[in-house]
Amino acid sequence: MDFVKAFVCGGIICVLTQILMEKTKLMPGRIMVILVTTGVVLGAVGIYEPFVKFAGAGATVPLTGFGNVLWKGMKKAIDEQGFLGLFTGGFTSCAVGVSAALIFGFIASLIFDPKMKKE
Amino acid sequence: MKDINSGGGTKTDIEKRNASYNAYVENVTPKGSCVAKCFKAFIVGGCICVVGQIILNVCKSIKVPDTDAASYTTLILVLLSVILTGLNIYPSITTFGGAGSLVPITGFANSVAAPAIEYKKEGKVFGIGCKIFTIAGPVILYGIFFSWCAGLIYWALKLIHVL
Repeated sequence: MDFVKAFVCGGIICVLTQILMEKTKLMPGRIMVILVTTGVVLGAVGIYEPFVKFAGAGATVPLTGFGNVLWKGMKKAIDEQGFLGLFTGGFTSCAVGVSAALIFGFIASLIFDPKMKKE
Repeated sequence: MKDINSGGGTKTDIEKRNASYNAYVENVTPKGSCVAKCFKAFIVGGCICVVGQIILNVCKSIKVPDTDAASYTTLILVLLSVILTGLNIYPSITTFGGAGSLVPITGFANSVAAPAIEYKKEGKVFGIGCKIFTIAGPVILYGIFFSWCAGLIYWALKLIHVL
């Protein structure tokens, strides 16, 4: 049942994004920025966490989940450190995703050579 | 068509040129019905989320705490995506899945690894070092900034004992 919920919820987010891309012709970079900021806002309003409870990976794997993680880390840091938390929370919470992408990406760039695009 | 693309010219020339350019863009943009693309996005995005759910469930079954399990899921998905990008498989998934391959965290990892590999010839610092942030930079900047804004409101509300 976990898998069905993850599949459907994750799929729906992708479909909504696809419709947005069709209607606006936005570039992928802007789409990702929109998704992450949407996740932050939905997390801050308190909608996203119940959605995560329901959909599991269907809610955490899309980039909106990344935004939600950013907000959760921010809230935790503010609760623990007060004002200073405003400046530590964001990077602490996104550290895993960003560090992993940067480190693996760098190693990959050393190993792999650019290839021609498949037609 | 002649003369439209040459030189500056009057305002009507520029309008004509813009019109012909838009027609050209329309012509080279891949066609395909919106419904079909949405369906593909649904399948691909759904499958990636199921892979995430599998990793999550495996982590939980070997007694990894909930918060760490989510981090491990992110970590493994990012690793898989970078490997697929390096082997030049991820672009094919993107061509097929559209938003389905873009929305999950794997799309973010792909957007970090792809330019890094692409620009390695330009050097370690200004090639890989700069280009690795082409997409990741804006995403991190606005993610951090928006969460900071939301955090500021939260902090202020706590300060005046509303929350």
